[in-house]
Amino acid sequence: MSVTRAAATADTFPRLLSQHAAQRPDAPALREKYLGIWQTWSWRDTAAEVRAMAMGLAALGFKRGDNLAIIGDNRPQLYMAFAAAQSLGGIAVPMYQDAVAAEMTFVLENAAIRFAIVEDQEQVDKLLEARDTLPQIEHIIFADPRGLRNYNAPGLMSLEALRTKGDEFDAAHPGFFDAEVARGQATDVSVMLYTSGTTGKPKGVCQTHQAFITAAQGGVQFDHLVATDNVLSYLPMAWVGDHLFSYAQFLVAGFTVNCPESAETVMTDLREIGPTYYFAPPRVFESVLTNVTIRMEDASRIKRWLYDSLMAVAKRCGADIMDGKPVSTKDKLLYALGNVLVYGPLKNTLGMSRIRVAYTAGAAIGPDLFRFYRSIGINLKQLYGSTETCAYVCLQPDGQIKFDSVGTAAPGVEVKLADNGEVMVRGAMVLKEYYKRPDATAESIDANGYFHTGDAGVFDSDGHLRIIDRAKDVGHLSTGAMFAPNYIENKLKFFSHIKEAVCFGHDKDNVTAFINIDLTAVGNWAERRNIVYSGYIDLAGKDEVYALIKECVEAVNAELATEGELSHSQIARFLILHKELDPDDDEMTRTRKVRRGFVAEKYAALLDGLYGGKTVQHIDTKVKFEDGRSGSIAADIKINDAKRFPAVTKAAA
Amino acid sequence: MSDDRKIGDVILKVDNISLRFGGVKALTDISFDVREHEIRAIIGPNGAGKSSMLNVLNGVYTPQEGTITFHGEVRKDMDTHQAAENGIARTFQNIALFTGMTVLDNIMTGRNLKIKSSFIEQAFWFGRARREEIENRKKVEEIIDFLQLQSVRKTPVARLPYGIKKRVELARALAAEPTMLLLDEPMAGMNVEEKQDMCRFVLDTNDQFGTTIVLIEHDMGVVMDISDRVVVLDYGKKIGDGTPDEVRNNPDVIKAYLGAH
Repeated sequence: MSVTRAAATADTFPRLLSQHAAQRPDAPALREKYLGIWQTWSWRDTAAEVRAMAMGLAALGFKRGDNLAIIGDNRPQLYMAFAAAQSLGGIAVPMYQDAVAAEMTFVLENAAIRFAIVEDQEQVDKLLEARDTLPQIEHIIFADPRGLRNYNAPGLMSLEALRTKGDEFDAAHPGFFDAEVARGQATDVSVMLYTSGTTGKPKGVCQTHQAFITAAQGGVQFDHLVATDNVLSYLPMAWVGDHLFSYAQFLVAGFTVNCPESAETVMTDLREIGPTYYFAPPRVFESVLTNVTIRMEDASRIKRWLYDSLMAVAKRCGADIMDGKPVSTKDKLLYALGNVLVYGPLKNTLGMSRIRVAYTAGAAIGPDLFRFYRSIGINLKQLYGSTETCAYVCLQPDGQIKFDSVGTAAPGVEVKLADNGEVMVRGAMVLKEYYKRPDATAESIDANGYFHTGDAGVFDSDGHLRIIDRAKDVGHLSTGAMFAPNYIENKLKFFSHIKEAVCFGHDKDNVTAFINIDLTAVGNWAERRNIVYSGYIDLAGKDEVYALIKECVEAVNAELATEGELSHSQIARFLILHKELDPDDDEMTRTRKVRRGFVAEKYAALLDGLYGGKTVQHIDTKVKFEDGRSGSIAADIKINDAKRFPAVTKAAA
Repeated sequence: MSDDRKIGDVILKVDNISLRFGGVKALTDISFDVREHEIRAIIGPNGAGKSSMLNVLNGVYTPQEGTITFHGEVRKDMDTHQAAENGIARTFQNIALFTGMTVLDNIMTGRNLKIKSSFIEQAFWFGRARREEIENRKKVEEIIDFLQLQSVRKTPVARLPYGIKKRVELARALAAEPTMLLLDEPMAGMNVEEKQDMCRFVLDTNDQFGTTIVLIEHDMGVVMDISDRVVVLDYGKKIGDGTPDEVRNNPDVIKAYLGAH
């Protein structure tokens, strides 16, 4: 342990890298599956490649303070590009790889990008397209040359060529690299992450070396991460969570980052690597559980019986055993049996056998989902944070896990609530500023140095923070009762049949909801009942499906009826949307958060139908296909009423 | 973007080919040529003799009349083994894969001709067998990477959707490192997205490996987009030959195939 901690002392990322390379040159730093084989870069290899890359950039004229765009799937070379830019005192600007050129234009222009290191032809095409309007993009460097052989656009270069250039430059300017790394300050901006832009244009969040290193050190100590840990990095590099886990903590703790072969092979790669430390948004855990459930439904009767009865045991005592709480001897024995027969093999199939710590964040996680993973012995925890706070505000301590809270303030973080319930945060991890947006910076950081997160929360009796909703989304019904749309939507989404929900009710008499069904779960449900359907639209319009969703809505209403003031927010009417909400249609952000305002505007006709008392409403919707063409879907959408329940006071828990 | 791709000399030439099955005339007096590195399409309505023509090219059928000149060598017919040894690989209209085997194993079968080690060496895994297996696996992995089949590497072919099976077939053909690839309706029965992917792969294959491609295709849009030159057959006769634009404006072709368009 002390060896590991000793490594984590430098105050900038490039210096951390050279420390690891000096202290444990042969330990694996990065891995990637290529041509069916896991290829490894040791810390020595990594440092050498970063040096060559940085020198190549310097030869092209990249200077201190310049921004380097990094676009692509999780690849070792791209993680090295972060360090290469930072070695020269530059700023890494990772961008979402699945954004279309038009969406990229804003960030490319805002960050005044002259240099970009990208993964492949797909990204090169997008940048060349963007260059038509943004001639400032001078140098585009690509890692994978496939399909690019005949491109001869000026400034286009392979990473291989950049390294060669870098080696030449290094030979001609000995000592330049080391001097540049030594000039770096902990207070320099190291990375700029663009917020997903749930509202308005994306903002560039400037984070310093110090901010991310503080956040990473806190996490590493909190969860006892060591150099022999392994993570699988498959979440977008532009997302703050990936930057903290796969870059900042990677360089602080010195563990190994593994990159999957392709986005489609993540589940296989997970099994092969068997990570010890794992991070995923709730939807990943959800789709894994949905798959398990579906496969168990199709399994033979004996297997199903075995699974059901042993999962019942796990549900009863699994989480308590993990938290070290007292459990009867009989349950202990049954659990041990279950571990041999069900939980162990299941974890192995999912690639989760070796997980010591797993985190989820980004959205609320359903209680059943959360309990499922904990009951089979996976130490799944929640954290709370945002881009502006390096994804580091609250963490759940081992043994004190609650599904509806996000834990206590992390080491080195001060958290307090404003009068309106807004969560405010102070500490080294708070952003330096929004790029070129002093107005936004002034608005979100107050005179005392507190960052206003925009989330509304409450502390429970144990001092755990519970996030209810976005502060600005918390509205009021026309009766004056509080209305927290996210809170209700999350309750709906906890049902496996519901994929997305959008609730409305601010300044209205009652609450209504748009529902997106989960095609996998509802499709399977329909198949087992011999309900024939041709696709999403058809299935969504079935009366049987409406009845199914109605049950879910009414269950939520029954729950809300017990929650004091929120009992007024019971859902009066709902409809099932004829298309899935999609980031390509701007209905969601790239991180899959619903843009409620945009949806309300786009589907105004449906909203009128909901509040106008109609039972069927016609709508024409424009959609964009993956290849960029657009078309429209017309549908008559049914609207159903849901039963509401009289408010009851909660029985003493 | 692939404009500087070099189209070379004629490498395959057929002259006055006629093929009969009993009294049925499948092909009558067909002549055309294929140049190195080009994408050459054969189109025509159902029953026009497209697949027969392809089968003549790789030696499945022996024509009654006419000659085939391949790399300067004039012959009456091709032999399937010779065709394969001369670097001709093909895919089939109705997928012909080993459905019980994995994608990886299926593609490995495409390396058959490259294996020199003896049965004994292979059975006991010594001598050349080991080295060859590693070399062949590497080549196959490169093709898996090229055609983006990583996620189904270990999946039995029977469990794959149609569009992916077609891609596996192409992969197996590519595993033989062919100089000429015969594709029989590579995009038949695919949806728009699968077709686009397949087009991309055909173009990339041609671009990256310089493979000469002869393809039969129904989808006119696809043919006109990706081919350098097109032969049009109707009732076993050649009614047009030229660049997509020339063919598109040929009155006989318009009458026979394109209809009113």
